[in-house]
Amino acid sequence: MNLLVCISKTPETTAKISFKDGNTQFDSEGVQHILNPYDEWYALVRAIELKEAFGGSVTVVNVGTSENDAVIRKAIAIGADKAIRVNADPSSAAFVAKQIAELAQKESYDIIFTGKETIDYNGSVVGSMIAAHLDWPYISFANDLDLEGSTATLKREIEGGIETSQVDTPFVVSAAKGMAEQRIPNMRGIMMAKRKPLEAVEPVAFDDKTKFVKYELPDEKGSVKMIDPENTDELVRLLHEEAKVI
Amino acid sequence: MAILAFLDTVDGRVKKSAFEILTYAKKTAEVTGEEVYGLIIGKAENKEDVTHYGANKIIHLNPEMKGFDTRWVAKQTKSIAEELGAHTVLMSHSSSGKSLAGYLAVLMDASCLTGVNSIPEKQGDKIVLHRNVFSGKAGATIVMEGPHFVLTVMGNSLQAEQLESASEIETREADTSEVKVKIQEISTVSGKTPLPEAELVVSAGRGMKGPENWSIVEDLADVVGATTACSRPVADSDWRPHHEHVGQTGVAIRPNLYIAIGISGAIQHLAGVNQSKTIVVINKDPEAPFFKAADYGICADLFDVVPRLIESFKKFQSSN
Repeated sequence: MNLLVCISKTPETTAKISFKDGNTQFDSEGVQHILNPYDEWYALVRAIELKEAFGGSVTVVNVGTSENDAVIRKAIAIGADKAIRVNADPSSAAFVAKQIAELAQKESYDIIFTGKETIDYNGSVVGSMIAAHLDWPYISFANDLDLEGSTATLKREIEGGIETSQVDTPFVVSAAKGMAEQRIPNMRGIMMAKRKPLEAVEPVAFDDKTKFVKYELPDEKGSVKMIDPENTDELVRLLHEEAKVI
Repeated sequence: MAILAFLDTVDGRVKKSAFEILTYAKKTAEVTGEEVYGLIIGKAENKEDVTHYGANKIIHLNPEMKGFDTRWVAKQTKSIAEELGAHTVLMSHSSSGKSLAGYLAVLMDASCLTGVNSIPEKQGDKIVLHRNVFSGKAGATIVMEGPHFVLTVMGNSLQAEQLESASEIETREADTSEVKVKIQEISTVSGKTPLPEAELVVSAGRGMKGPENWSIVEDLADVVGATTACSRPVADSDWRPHHEHVGQTGVAIRPNLYIAIGISGAIQHLAGVNQSKTIVVINKDPEAPFFKAADYGICADLFDVVPRLIESFKKFQSSN
């Protein structure tokens, strides 16, 4: 099993979001960064479990500058065998997918994993774009993945239901909650991470057609209207007459 | 030129969000002077219903097909878009829509944006759009270069508008030998409106003290006609199924009404729900951060308030 896991660096979930340069840039001053939870908890851990069961290797790939090396090392500490970083500031999902597809074309991976989305841009498209570049099948939001030989059985959550499907390798899958259980890196993993290879490669040229030009923070809610707990009729009246939602 | 609206199905029916997509396509077309076409792939018992939302024509591909192979669907959609001269393909921000968008965008060499919540504004051959980022903690303006665009549109971004005239439906059969993802089984979790599409949501958190107390939440949801949801600690403790978890690492929703019971309102939870039109918070802790994000609040023991609120809703319904 030759497995590739795409990992992202994101602001941690409790980070306060603010912008700079006239609201055109995310202000990362004082913000802690983490491995994107879907990539770490589900995609990476499931890939490691498959390697443990069937042998092979797990490579993590990230598109980013050397500032990302700390979170990449964490992925290695959890159990990846090696890492590749495409040395570029990722400008869009399309850019990231193009870079990863280029690398994947040079190797023969059986499965490429992504998390179901990143928690910063929430785009959910990197996996399907990689699959399209490679002309591979793509299965999104899988919360269960089992392998028998070269055939995978996957469950995915669809609106209001669960779909079970089968597909042969190679394919791209995006991992959702339930695919694996989060693993905490142990001391041995952390020590090993320093010795395992982290290779930086240069990006290929890509014409980006999507540009984020401005950001804004949501309007503060007006102050909350507190309602007497004894008078729930009043809440229902307000929902009907004032908010007009029922 | 034309706009193609991909009309998503679930369980053999066209989804509610697909109707919104047709209206969104129609409104976009009013700006650009284009024609609107609809595309349904697979089983769709209610396909006649979508003919009243302003499309010139609805193409229904392989009406007996079940399941969703993103690669196959993207290839079919691309060739139909080419045939119709559609430079823009729209779909809902659903599990199928999100899967399809990226694949299709690469095949069409299109600019791609998911989770859009505004109508495109034209700027020469570019378009300007809006979406949320950082799991709803901020908004962003995006400029996209043409000529080809693939967009997924957030549910509840606009109201579907029914029209008098009916569009024609053309049924076709495409070769399925290239379908590689074989569907084994599709099981429906519940008959309720799925969370991303729900207009009314009743959600509860750790304040419930245990899964055995959930009947009052379900009763309230039933009387309001809402879908039930929960906070992350509740799903993590297996008090409720994972698909009910709303928040930054769960489902992001934007219903018209969100009632939060016994949820303190951690930033990760707020990120998934703060796009709701109206938020009601019931919590006995006056310091609960959720009150700051709420429109209406009741500070009291939920086990007293919720049964009383159920009665108030019942009273309201019998008098309306």
